[in-house]
Amino acid sequence: MYAYDEFDRQIVRERVAQFASQVERRLDGSLTDEEFRPLRLKNGLYLQLHAYMLRVAIPYGALSARQLRQMALIAETYDRGYGHFTTRQNLQYNWPKLRDTPAILGLLADVDMHAIQTSGNCIRNTTTDCFAGAAFDEIEDPRPTAEWIRQWSTLHPEFDWLGRKFKIAVTASRQDRAVLKGHDVGVRIVRDADGETGYQIYIGGGLGRTPMEGKLIREFLPRAELLDYLEAILRVYNLEGRRDNKYKARIKILVHEIGLEKIRADVEAEYASIVAASPKADLREFHRIQAAFDAPEFADLPEVSRKLEQAQANDPDLALFVEHNLFRHKHKGYASLTISLKGIGQAPGDANAAQMRAVADLAEKYSFNELRVSHKQNLVLPHVRLDDVAEIFAVLKAHDLATANAELITDIICCPGLDYCALATARSIPLAQKLSRHFGDAATQKDIGELSIKISGCINACGHHHIGNIGILGLEKKGAESYQITIGGDAGDQFAIGELLGPGLPETHVPEALDKLIAVYRRERRQGETFIETYRRIGLAPYKTAFKEIADAFA
Amino acid sequence: MLLLDRNGAKADPFARVETLDDVAGKAVIVAFDAAEKLLAAAPAQAGVFAPNTLDAEQLSPFLDRLALIAIAFPSATDGRGFSLARQLRRLGFKGILRASGPLFSDQFPQALACGFDEVEIPDANAARQPVQQWLDALKRVTVTYQRDYAQGERILDRRARS
Repeated sequence: MYAYDEFDRQIVRERVAQFASQVERRLDGSLTDEEFRPLRLKNGLYLQLHAYMLRVAIPYGALSARQLRQMALIAETYDRGYGHFTTRQNLQYNWPKLRDTPAILGLLADVDMHAIQTSGNCIRNTTTDCFAGAAFDEIEDPRPTAEWIRQWSTLHPEFDWLGRKFKIAVTASRQDRAVLKGHDVGVRIVRDADGETGYQIYIGGGLGRTPMEGKLIREFLPRAELLDYLEAILRVYNLEGRRDNKYKARIKILVHEIGLEKIRADVEAEYASIVAASPKADLREFHRIQAAFDAPEFADLPEVSRKLEQAQANDPDLALFVEHNLFRHKHKGYASLTISLKGIGQAPGDANAAQMRAVADLAEKYSFNELRVSHKQNLVLPHVRLDDVAEIFAVLKAHDLATANAELITDIICCPGLDYCALATARSIPLAQKLSRHFGDAATQKDIGELSIKISGCINACGHHHIGNIGILGLEKKGAESYQITIGGDAGDQFAIGELLGPGLPETHVPEALDKLIAVYRRERRQGETFIETYRRIGLAPYKTAFKEIADAFA
Repeated sequence: MLLLDRNGAKADPFARVETLDDVAGKAVIVAFDAAEKLLAAAPAQAGVFAPNTLDAEQLSPFLDRLALIAIAFPSATDGRGFSLARQLRRLGFKGILRASGPLFSDQFPQALACGFDEVEIPDANAARQPVQQWLDALKRVTVTYQRDYAQGERILDRRARS
């Protein structure tokens, strides 16, 4: 794993001191509230509905045991004993006090962490595949590229006052597990015909009020050119992106309005000027970073673990866990293990301090001290021996972390909603909990199979509802919460924005509406077909008909 | 207006003028639209005031004849001027680049890094943020990951040396 050197540390310490000075200057009146607000946000500090919220950066979702323990300590000392993992692989504290934030930032800096650029109109945390460095299907570990981008984008003097936020995702697998096409820029690591490794670049994707699919702007970019090319994209966006309307300021709107060909021409022209003016970027820094991500020393193990097979035979719960929560590893005898933060009836993405410590211990003991946060709001032990899975499962079970539901209907993505968020128009967590209980039976979940539910409490779409197989958007209608349901969204390679099924429903009717949709799937599915595959084959109409029964009954 | 560069407050040798009646032999700044006419009127030093929506290419025919370009920052959060400054430097502009608008001191190092020489801020802002705050702002973050911006010590060069 990448380890900070003295310079990385220096920049974090200096940034903490800079923020402390900004707070002081706000308090003595040097800075107006309007001036202070973006400075506070660029350091991850939001003013929410009931309290401040501090969003801590977890670059590309990678954590060490020591770092997670520090998060636990902060949760206990300065919050209400828990933290919330987000769709951007970050962690949010929902109840910190403003006066405690310098102390929290100091504790974070002690373990090489920070809250830099977790909000504000700047380049945000770069995200990647939660199985990075472990996945059987990756061309290479995408984390070095993500770290390269992290450094380049940190405290960038030119791109700190963009028209709107800017999010970059990286993946190195054919199967997209990083929602590449839902980002302002998506970077896919590929090999060209000569075997050279480089990047395929997507631009202008995004969710929010106006969901758009990212478009391919560059088929193949040699590795050495990545940062210069990103600089060109950012400069074109900074200069040309709309500034007249906050809701039309993302790069997706620019791409939509001027067209892919024009933005490509602009970016390529700017890129040519950059290259002509300064010597080509060199790869020394990339190679330094890549060396830091050297793979752990994996043992030579048999493909199957007799030990695990035997344990599974004696424990059906373990067997179910193995079936759903293990992901194929690039080394024989290992797996990546998903720790679900979606216990039945729990708030998605929340973990308490005791759970964090238990997971940190497991990472240290069984996974080369490595952890990942997934955009699905779960934790991952990337490198565990199959032989150790039963022991890990027992520890997880003791901490209510052994829910066997990765990728299943109760693995719900959900934003904080009206329970916390100042922007929300409806609650989302209570609905997620209700659906989790409604579909919580293990046999039911297994029968329904892979199905993603994503819930947002307002049109800003932090819960990614547009790209849920079933998406739920909470709105306020005549003083009451109303939930719009979409179907057919897909976050992966067959990226798709869901289709609206009909008018919004009250929370009480949502489980029944989902039952109807799932009944259509059960009736129509062919052998081995997942929910989304059946939908793609038979289309929207049958689901709309089924939905109408509920909508009519309510109306 | 307070004018300052990396050494502190300074007197403005340029005068903002609306007409070209009496500019010969003087250092003046006019709106960009009047650049051609200003240069024809033979001032001692010619400066223009450019909106941040101007394309750098539109300025390029004048770059070797202008002593100063002031780029407008309509608000502190509108960062277009930073990129425009970068492009003007890349096009070879050697004169003074001035950022003009309600910036605040934390943006001073960013402006200098992008190629500006000085900033000009409204009196009301200067009253809240005295010159010392602007100079202090330059010392807060002393290292940088970016390779070719004029700020702090470059981490990548330090790493390459060690």
